[in-house]
Amino acid sequence: MSDFVLRPAGDAAIVVDFEPRLDPLVNARAVGLAESIRQSAPAGLRDVVVGYHSVTAYYDPLAVDADDLLTWLGLEARRSRPAGPADGRTVKVPVLYGGESGPDLRTVAEFAGCDEREVVRLHSSRTYRVYMLGFMPGFAYMAEVDPRIAAPRRQAPRVAVPAGSVGIAGPQTGVYPVSTPGGWNLIGRTPLLTFDPGREDPCTFRAGDAVRFEPIDIWPA
Amino acid sequence: MAGVVVVKPGMLTTVQDRGRWGQQGSGVPVGGPMDSVSHRIANRLLGNDHDAATLEVTLIGPELLFEEAAVVAVCGAEFALRVDGATAPMWGPIEVRAGARMTFGPRVLGARAYCAVAGGFVCEPVLGSRATNLVARMGPFAGRAVAAGDRLPLAPDRPTGVKELPETTLKGRVTPLVPLPQGGVRLRVMWGPQEHLFADRTRETLISNRYVVTPQSNRMGYRLDGPRLEHRGPADILSDATPLGTLQVPGSGQPILLMADRQTAGGYPKIATVISADLALAGQLAPGDWVAFATCDRRTALAALRDQEALLSGAR
Repeated sequence: MSDFVLRPAGDAAIVVDFEPRLDPLVNARAVGLAESIRQSAPAGLRDVVVGYHSVTAYYDPLAVDADDLLTWLGLEARRSRPAGPADGRTVKVPVLYGGESGPDLRTVAEFAGCDEREVVRLHSSRTYRVYMLGFMPGFAYMAEVDPRIAAPRRQAPRVAVPAGSVGIAGPQTGVYPVSTPGGWNLIGRTPLLTFDPGREDPCTFRAGDAVRFEPIDIWPA
Repeated sequence: MAGVVVVKPGMLTTVQDRGRWGQQGSGVPVGGPMDSVSHRIANRLLGNDHDAATLEVTLIGPELLFEEAAVVAVCGAEFALRVDGATAPMWGPIEVRAGARMTFGPRVLGARAYCAVAGGFVCEPVLGSRATNLVARMGPFAGRAVAAGDRLPLAPDRPTGVKELPETTLKGRVTPLVPLPQGGVRLRVMWGPQEHLFADRTRETLISNRYVVTPQSNRMGYRLDGPRLEHRGPADILSDATPLGTLQVPGSGQPILLMADRQTAGGYPKIATVISADLALAGQLAPGDWVAFATCDRRTALAALRDQEALLSGAR
């Protein structure tokens, strides 16, 4: 029995759907499959997108026979192995926590019933997994935040969140790549530019990456 | 370099090309024209590459001043197009002299028209595309709509007369190839990818009722208003990819039809997805228009797309 389902999404995309849960192993299957799809890159394939527990393959219906693609994706999914830690990288993200850089650090501390320093310690002592990218260019959904500091989204999203802001939303944490409206609890800010269209590799994060947040005391000049 | 100066910007006029494919895995939205068929025909009539940048005009058109002579084609939504005050035809090449002013006049049918120039507008690509994405703020003019005083450079070696246009399979004037909505449209959908997350009679609800495009609609998506679509369980799912034309349904039960500037992923179940051949038609909808949905299988969807492609390439 296979542990995935193939779901057509219209006539130009197919979703390979693994078990619907937040699980690093399930996501590693998706990352591994996306990698093998990209490497073979059959003609007419337009894009490959990793979800929490899925991979979506976009194709040109005039160039690809959907039945052939379904069969091939099924074979690849069956054959796929979780992308192991050896394939992943560890990205280190320096963060200036609290103050103007993290206006919601106190709110999260109140949620946790501890002081701000303890929130910083809890947030920066875990290694997070990048499950997927989305929401905006370069935005990486990372999990899983220590349940003690997993404060829910703000009731009213901010109109403008500065680029580099580090936020928490329930079990998820992430870095805002550009200034944008946003509803996550902002606990700090990184000087790292996590998305730059002018760079050869515009995006700092990839699905499957391991991420560590490292506290810094001053904003680099 | 000669250019086209924006005298009045109109309601929402943006530079568009085919969009940013292949980068959705990094969260980069595809973008591109809402009605890609009209965009391609406008380019094709001038012998441009189909990926050449055009101006997408929305509901109220701009006023454009041509500093130098050019050949222009406007396709898509029907406007009372004028050049120097004289009625000008859509769906065919127009020779425009240096100093000419083009106005779009009142909109007659449809929502979006595409203005192409022979040789294309010269803009710097961002991540391989000149498409404007207003949300991600990417594209020409730092990703905003054009404003009064903006100047769109023209290619120096462009054709300036119809006789100079490169050989093209679409010649002269064509009849409009996208049937414009007359108050509303019927769009064909294929179920999924998550129709299994909806209550039993929900599919019937979707296809037996009309939905209305609300004013809270934009290039990212159309928020539709109509009978509520019921989820079987929670309305939130762990995020996955969001294809063009998919109908995602948040907790309100009111579907959102995802369009060109949609985000690459989302956390709501998607009950059905509009077939590729009907996406251009969807791109011509305006707030207040109705939408009805009809089911379609993959074979029919592919046949419809092949027919459309044949018309586009001038094969019939």
